[in-house]
Amino acid sequence: MAAYIIRRLLILPIILIGVTILIFGMLQVLGPVERSALYVRDIPKNEHQVDAIITRYGLDKPFYVQYWNWLVGTVDGATGERVGGVLRGDLGYSRTGREPVIDVLLRRFPATLELAAWAMVPVIGLGIWIGAKAALNHNKPFDQVARVLAILGWSFPTFVFALLMLLVFYAKLDWFQPGQLSTQFSQEVLQPGFTQYTHMMTIDSLLNLRFDIFLDSLRHLIMPVTTLMVIEVALLLKITRSSMLEEMRQDYVTTARAKGLPEKMVVNRHIRRNALIPVITVAGLTLAGLMGGVVITETVFNYPGIGSWAAAAAVSLDVLSMLGYALFTAVLLVIANLIVDVMYAVLDPRVRLS
Amino acid sequence: MTAASEPVVLRPGASDAGELRELTRLEKALGPEWARLLKGIVTNPLSVTGIVLIVLFALAAIFAPILAPPPNEMWNPMQIPRDGFRAEPQPPMSEWNKNSPMTVPWWYRNIWPRQEEWVHLMGTTSGQYDIWYGVVWGARTAFFASFVVTFATTLLGVIVGALAGFYGGWIDEALMRVVEIFYAFPFITGALILASLLTPLFGRSVWPATIALIIFGWTGYARQLRGDILTTKERDYVLAARASGAKDSHLMLQHVIPNAMFPTLVRISLNMGAVVLSFAALSFLGIGLPEGYADWGQVVSFARSWILTLDQYWYIIIFPGIALLLYGLGWNLIGDALRDILDPKLRGKKA
Repeated sequence: MAAYIIRRLLILPIILIGVTILIFGMLQVLGPVERSALYVRDIPKNEHQVDAIITRYGLDKPFYVQYWNWLVGTVDGATGERVGGVLRGDLGYSRTGREPVIDVLLRRFPATLELAAWAMVPVIGLGIWIGAKAALNHNKPFDQVARVLAILGWSFPTFVFALLMLLVFYAKLDWFQPGQLSTQFSQEVLQPGFTQYTHMMTIDSLLNLRFDIFLDSLRHLIMPVTTLMVIEVALLLKITRSSMLEEMRQDYVTTARAKGLPEKMVVNRHIRRNALIPVITVAGLTLAGLMGGVVITETVFNYPGIGSWAAAAAVSLDVLSMLGYALFTAVLLVIANLIVDVMYAVLDPRVRLS
Repeated sequence: MTAASEPVVLRPGASDAGELRELTRLEKALGPEWARLLKGIVTNPLSVTGIVLIVLFALAAIFAPILAPPPNEMWNPMQIPRDGFRAEPQPPMSEWNKNSPMTVPWWYRNIWPRQEEWVHLMGTTSGQYDIWYGVVWGARTAFFASFVVTFATTLLGVIVGALAGFYGGWIDEALMRVVEIFYAFPFITGALILASLLTPLFGRSVWPATIALIIFGWTGYARQLRGDILTTKERDYVLAARASGAKDSHLMLQHVIPNAMFPTLVRISLNMGAVVLSFAALSFLGIGLPEGYADWGQVVSFARSWILTLDQYWYIIIFPGIALLLYGLGWNLIGDALRDILDPKLRGKKA
């Protein structure tokens, strides 16, 4: 197991370097002139200035030179200072956010994390529960219904589902509203009387003992969380179901039954335990799905996370914001996948003991 | 998995298991695996529903010029005609004043005997784009995206997966690391960014989103096919062919890939639907397509300016939304049935 984990850790830097190359490579579909615009806040009208920027930042140099400059930054000829450099945390200036990309990311990420965390709970709970129950009732009505629901959830376009929720619960019934907080509270949380410890509204409101704000933020979370859940639960359900079905056919299950163990014990101690090991790997996929899902969900529900910001950046071709966002989510997922792989190795005796 | 090239099969789960039986005509024509697949698909009620849905969409795409004729002969048919520029959407069956279709086809007259003029059957979006026209011609966009993206991603995935699985060693190691790098991006995130960056290069058209979905879509195929090839290449008939001196390329193309491809069929079918959802999501966000292009995601996106009064303008979401859902559902139903047919673990059990 130790060898496996060390191998995973050794691969990590390779993947991270690959991720940066891929992101920077995508940028190359733009020409030097278009890319020169990324380095200035007011686009120069004079063509000489564009040329000057291209030479100054080496935008006409070979790919690997530009990539290196992008990673570690360039030395400004006039001041002798090092500017830029993704590795130094300088992701450039966000046009849509009107502040440095890194600041926007850090300010908006807690809201997204909060949304994803709230969605993760029902996704994993329901996915495992329905999936296991469907497998135990293989080909019975419960299984058939679960299967059709999974296909439906899988086929439902996120944005259509989100808009339908808005249609019914906002426009028609006015039970829930889009956004993160109601108007009166969204001003209040910015006042000095309210300390933002984590920038996650459901946690901050509790820490400030403001239960009215807590309930309000929950009310705003219901629609986006439901949307993410409906889309993501199908995958977990399917995998739990097939994993359970596979374990149910194993010899040790027959042995356990032959020994005369009560059926409940066979299911819970033998089948369920082993079947849930591969499900852990799906938790990583679910996180990836949620991080992708928030782009649409946050946009439709006008939720102030990094997803809605990324969508806005992509629409207005705010390149630096897009790249910063891509880098941020990619690093997040690479680390999450590593944790999942290590957990899998620890939990699965077949890997652990090899 | 039974090889397509094997001459006889055992009847699974039957009482005479172990005895050889005559091949049916279907099996002779297609090979036993394909015959079983075809039989399974046309007898499973879920996949039959899926096939019917897809056939209906195909008919809509083919007969789009009759179902929703363009305003005149010079019109670019993929551009939804607009009845003026007013912001407020018009409900279904409202009058069509400007840019109405040039002909009133027979089916239209027969349904509304007194109607000699076109109405907006499904209403209009803000900016007066006709929703019916968008839904009908949007089927063409959907099929285009599904087929082009699925074909290209399958091809790329098969090439990479086959190289990695067949040769192993450092080729495998390197290719799988590349796959892993792509896996670091949530699919829609990668596609969103690349499509946005490609838009200045290709202009507003179907291509930025299509290419972006291809670039970020092939990795799943590569991973799956690699695994399936690893197991297939150890099979007796491949070893036998290798021992008899077959060349690598012959082994791959004649024996390994055709037999390792069956699980990939499931993925292809599921992807046909998923691609359209992603494509529509991108155009919903406003990436790639020109405004007014006949695409379901684009039509739905007009609802975004009317969040407060969505219950009044439900038709902007419902009609193209149902089209998207049913299209995705059709492919997913087929894919789900295929998985059951092809899953070797479920083979021989009563379905």
